Amino acid sequence: MELSVGANQFFWKPEQWAKLYDELATAPIERVVLGELVCSKRLPFYQDRMGQAISTLVDAGKQVSVTSLGLITLKRERKMSAELVEMGVDIEVNDLTMLSYLPENSAFSVGPLVNVYNESTLTWLAGLGATRICLPPELPLASIRILTSVAKDLGVAIEVWGFGRMPLAISGRCYHARLNERTKINCQFACEDDPDGLLVSTLEDQPFLAINGVQTLSDSYACVAHQVEELIEAGVNALRLSPQSSGFSEICHLFRQRIEGEIDGASLAEKARDLGREIRLSDGFVSGVFGAAWSGDPLGND
Amino acid sequence: MVMEIVCPAGTPASLRAAVKAGAHTVYCGFADETNARNFPGLNFSRFEMREGISFAHDHGVKVLIAINTFARAGSEALWHSAVTDAAACGADAVILADPGLLAYAMRHHPQLRRHLSVQAAAANADIINFYAKSFGIKRVVLPRILSVAEIVDINAQTEVETEVFVFGGLCVMAEGRCSLSSYATGKSPNMNGVCSPASHVEYSESNGMLDARLGGYAIHRVGRGEPAPYPTLCKGCFSAGNKTGYVFEDPVSLNAEELIPQLQKSGVIALKIEGRQRSRSYVAQVVRNFRAAVDALDAGKPMPQGLLASLSEGQAATTGAYKKTWR
Repeated sequence: MELSVGANQFFWKPEQWAKLYDELATAPIERVVLGELVCSKRLPFYQDRMGQAISTLVDAGKQVSVTSLGLITLKRERKMSAELVEMGVDIEVNDLTMLSYLPENSAFSVGPLVNVYNESTLTWLAGLGATRICLPPELPLASIRILTSVAKDLGVAIEVWGFGRMPLAISGRCYHARLNERTKINCQFACEDDPDGLLVSTLEDQPFLAINGVQTLSDSYACVAHQVEELIEAGVNALRLSPQSSGFSEICHLFRQRIEGEIDGASLAEKARDLGREIRLSDGFVSGVFGAAWSGDPLGND
Repeated sequence: MVMEIVCPAGTPASLRAAVKAGAHTVYCGFADETNARNFPGLNFSRFEMREGISFAHDHGVKVLIAINTFARAGSEALWHSAVTDAAACGADAVILADPGLLAYAMRHHPQLRRHLSVQAAAANADIINFYAKSFGIKRVVLPRILSVAEIVDINAQTEVETEVFVFGGLCVMAEGRCSLSSYATGKSPNMNGVCSPASHVEYSESNGMLDARLGGYAIHRVGRGEPAPYPTLCKGCFSAGNKTGYVFEDPVSLNAEELIPQLQKSGVIALKIEGRQRSRSYVAQVVRNFRAAVDALDAGKPMPQGLLASLSEGQAATTGAYKKTWR
């Protein structure tokens, strides 16, 4: 089983953005998706560094894709998305609008924000040229098994969300701007202050969600530590790891060790929690309960 | 041309009420997880659907069947049979969101008119035209995240008819792209046709305050005697940063009545009312008011103002994303 690194969901300083990809060049992962997934206003800040990051990763033997935006509405966003094709790199479609810009019969990847819930949709995408699909984080193992089996026959590789705060929703409204009593157009890049998203708690101070501009994420970090064997057995080709602002190289190493059978699920979970930030883990979508559920030790002692 | 009023019907009684109140078109769904209002006690058996369509057609009213959840892997036959039965019942169109199901409908029932559901969140002309080319869709229900100016642009760049929501519940997120509900409860609009399901709601009282929980998460608190809004996740009260409040959206519902003239100028064909879970008297009242509004507009008369304010959820209404400052 391979490891893929998904597009960074957050708005980081350009130096920090570039540093991530320098580090990933030597990380034990096979594939990297980069580019802007969440907000078109962020891209100009690091766009000029993308070429270098891609070269560094390709030179290091990594497969590289560039993501489309997750929600394309404005004229500017449509133009920006159409221009992605000119980069000459594999495109990861995260809004179906991107399909209308791809040259016919060209291969592409599909990201976790596209609703691939069943065999027919998977088959339709494969017919258009999809060669790799990262399934939506919402899918239970039962669906993953069926889709992986269909994908195998179609020559499509399947990825499953393996680690990181999950993309639960995307909107036209910017919640960081709203929280700061600004409009999206005059957001003043409030999301920049929260390089892993801003925690949203319930009225009883229970951590629940995280906001990231127009995106809503889970508070908990999805972690398939306990399902690695089942996912391998199901024929999943890669686990997707989502970048976080610190300790991400360690996460990549831990998952590599887990796949190689060097550590068990409980050990991975414990070490992932022990990277200097207080985080909560979940695997309830894969296990088929509810997204925030965790099949490990409920007290977090694993 | 008079704008088409597209009305919800959760039951055969509501369908008849909507038809009698002046609906041009009624939309409804089968009583299973193939539609996005899969609530206990709602929706139509095959027999009721056939009868309902017959009643509507006798009154010159069209019926659209929403089959707008995403088919579950391994169980696609349930969604396929919904499309087949919609055709057999004489539906005027099916409202679909799942590309796999659109492909099925086009292949097996090419004569059955296809509308693209709001759950597909097709938010620009390029993707709408792509759906038209791929699946022959004739109409798109636009997501509730677009401004009127953007709707004008879309209509200028597509031949596909556009339908927009004007009244009722308001999704804050791009529709069909939200799994907040399944994160908290295991049940989602995409997979199960439910959002923030009543089966996972609990109310409890302490220190004179009433808390509402969804899936165990406390997301509303009101004083005793105050009206307690239904705990829909995206309209809950939360803390973020050092603030507590409605992080995503206030407990409001959509009322774009005042924008009807602008929407007509923008090229929108049909106005959609949300609320298949609502009572038939509610449906009848909303339909009558919207019908009066579009008839007045068509006759060049002033629009009746503010008729619907008292029907809005929690008595607070918004024009939503149609005004750009909402973002």
